Amino acid sequence: MANEPLVVIDNLHKSFGHVEVIKGVSLAVSKGEVACIIGPSGSGKSTLIRCVNALVPFERGSIKVLGIEVNDPKLDKLKLRKHVGMVFQQYNLFPHRTALQNVMMAPIQVLKRPKQAVEAEAYALLRKVRLEGKEHAYPGELSGGQQQRVAIARSLAMKPDLMLFDEVTAALDPETVGEVLLTIRQLAEEGMTCILVTHEMGFAREVANEIYFTDQGVIVEHGPPAQFFSAPRDPRTQAFLSQIL
Amino acid sequence: MSAKFPVILPLNATLRRPPGGLPTLRLAPWHGLILAAIILFSAAAAEAATGAATRASVLVVLARWSPLLWRGFGLNILISFLSMAIGTVLGAFLGLGLIAVTAPVRSVSWAITQFFRNAPWLVLLFFMIFLLPFHMHVGGLSISLPGWLKAVVGLALPVMANVAEIVRGGVRSIHPGQWEAAESLGFTRRQQLWLIILPQSVKRMLPPWMNLYAILTTSTTLASIVGVDEVVTLAGQVLAAEGSRPGLLAPIYAYVLLMFFAYTYPIAWATQRLERRYQVRI
Repeated sequence: MANEPLVVIDNLHKSFGHVEVIKGVSLAVSKGEVACIIGPSGSGKSTLIRCVNALVPFERGSIKVLGIEVNDPKLDKLKLRKHVGMVFQQYNLFPHRTALQNVMMAPIQVLKRPKQAVEAEAYALLRKVRLEGKEHAYPGELSGGQQQRVAIARSLAMKPDLMLFDEVTAALDPETVGEVLLTIRQLAEEGMTCILVTHEMGFAREVANEIYFTDQGVIVEHGPPAQFFSAPRDPRTQAFLSQIL
Repeated sequence: MSAKFPVILPLNATLRRPPGGLPTLRLAPWHGLILAAIILFSAAAAEAATGAATRASVLVVLARWSPLLWRGFGLNILISFLSMAIGTVLGAFLGLGLIAVTAPVRSVSWAITQFFRNAPWLVLLFFMIFLLPFHMHVGGLSISLPGWLKAVVGLALPVMANVAEIVRGGVRSIHPGQWEAAESLGFTRRQQLWLIILPQSVKRMLPPWMNLYAILTTSTTLASIVGVDEVVTLAGQVLAAEGSRPGLLAPIYAYVLLMFFAYTYPIAWATQRLERRYQVRI
C-alpha cells in the first residue's frame, strides 16, 4: 500500500504560446509521500502543479491522479478536484466570507453535504490549524500566516487525497512562515500525500521524501533530501544550492 | 496620505477611473452657488435694462412658473428612473454575456454593447421616436405609446450598453486568484460567478453605476428635442409666454440647471464617498 503511486506524471509538455515551459517531465508520487519541487524562478514549477489539478491545460503527456487521466477532453474536473486540494501563494481566501464560511462553502455547495455536519468539521479543522477563536473573522482581519492556514483548512474540508502547495510561504512575513510550515509538517506526519513547490530549503530537507530540482522546464536531478543536499551530482544543482545555502 | 508618494499616484488615478469608461460627473457645491448667482445677477441686469415698472420682475416670473417647471422636472426624473431600471436589467444580462464562456455569446454581446455605447444618445432617441408606433395592438389590447415613454426606451438602450460594460469591468477587477481558488475547490462556473465573484464585484460596480445615473438624468433633457414636455421644453414655452424677453433667458435656464444640480449633486457626492471607501478596502 505504501508504495502505490497516487500521482503519475509521464512526459508532460506545456507551452504558453511559443514558449515551452515544461519540456517532458515525468515523476511519480506514492501515497503518503511528500514531494518537494525546487528550482530557480521561471523553471515551470508552479505550472507543473497547476497541471495536476487541471487549472491549466497541457498539450502532451499524461497525468494520472488516482487513476484519473487529467489530459482527457472528457475529464470530469469536479471528480478530480474532490481528490486534489490546492493552496496558493496569495491565499486567495474569499474576502466577503468569514474564515468559517470559507471552510464550509465548498463542502456544502460542491459536495452538497448537510450544513450541521460541515460546520462541526469546519470548527475542528480551524482548531487543527490553531485558529480557534478566529472562526468569525474576515480574511482582511487576519495576518498572512493566519489567512494561509485558513486556506489550508478550506482545502482539507474537501477531504482530499492529495494536497498541492504552490509557494505557500513566499508572500508571508518571515515570522509567520513558521506557523504555516508547522501546519504542513503536521499534515505530512498524518500521512497526507503532498506536492510542494517551495523555496524553503530547510523545510524541504526535513519534510520531503523526495526532492525534485527543475530548471528550464526539465527535472535536472531528484533524490531523497539527504543525498540531494549533501551530494548533488548535476552542476546546475550544485550552482543553485551554492547560491541558496 | 498616499499623495506624498509619487509612485502611488498613477495607481490612484487608474483606480478612480470608473470601469464603465464614462466621464465621471464631479460636481462641487460652488457649482450650485454659481447657478444661483447667475439667476440673481441676470435678473438684476434685466431689471436695470428694461425698467421694471410695466413688467413683472424676473423673480416674480420664476415664482409664477415654478409649479409648471417643477412638474416638467418631475417627468425628467420619471424618465431617468424608468430608463435606468430597464437599462440596468437588460445591461446586467448583456454584461454576463460579455463574460460568457461560449465564444458566440461573447461576440454577440460585444457587438451589441459596442453599437449602443458608441451611438450618440440623441440619435438613438430619434430612432426610437420614429420607429416605435404611437399605438400598439397586443391581442385585442390597444396600448398607446406617448413620446415620453418612447424616450424611456431610447435612453434605456445606451444605459444598457454602459451597464454591461460596468458589469464586465466589475467582474474583471476581481483578482484572477479568486476564480482559481474557487475552481480548484470544485465549484462550477456558475457557482464561481454567483457565490464568489459577483458578491465581491457588485460593490465595485455601484459607484460607476450611480455616476451613469447622474449622467442619464442630465441627458433626459435631450427628450425636449423630440417634443416631450419635460423641463427644458416647458422652459422654452415659458419664455414664449412671457413674450420672449431676452432678459429672461439666462435666469430661467439657470433655474433649470439649479434643479438638476440639486438632484445630481447629492448623487455625485455619494458616488465619490463610495469610491473612496472601496478604494481603501481592496
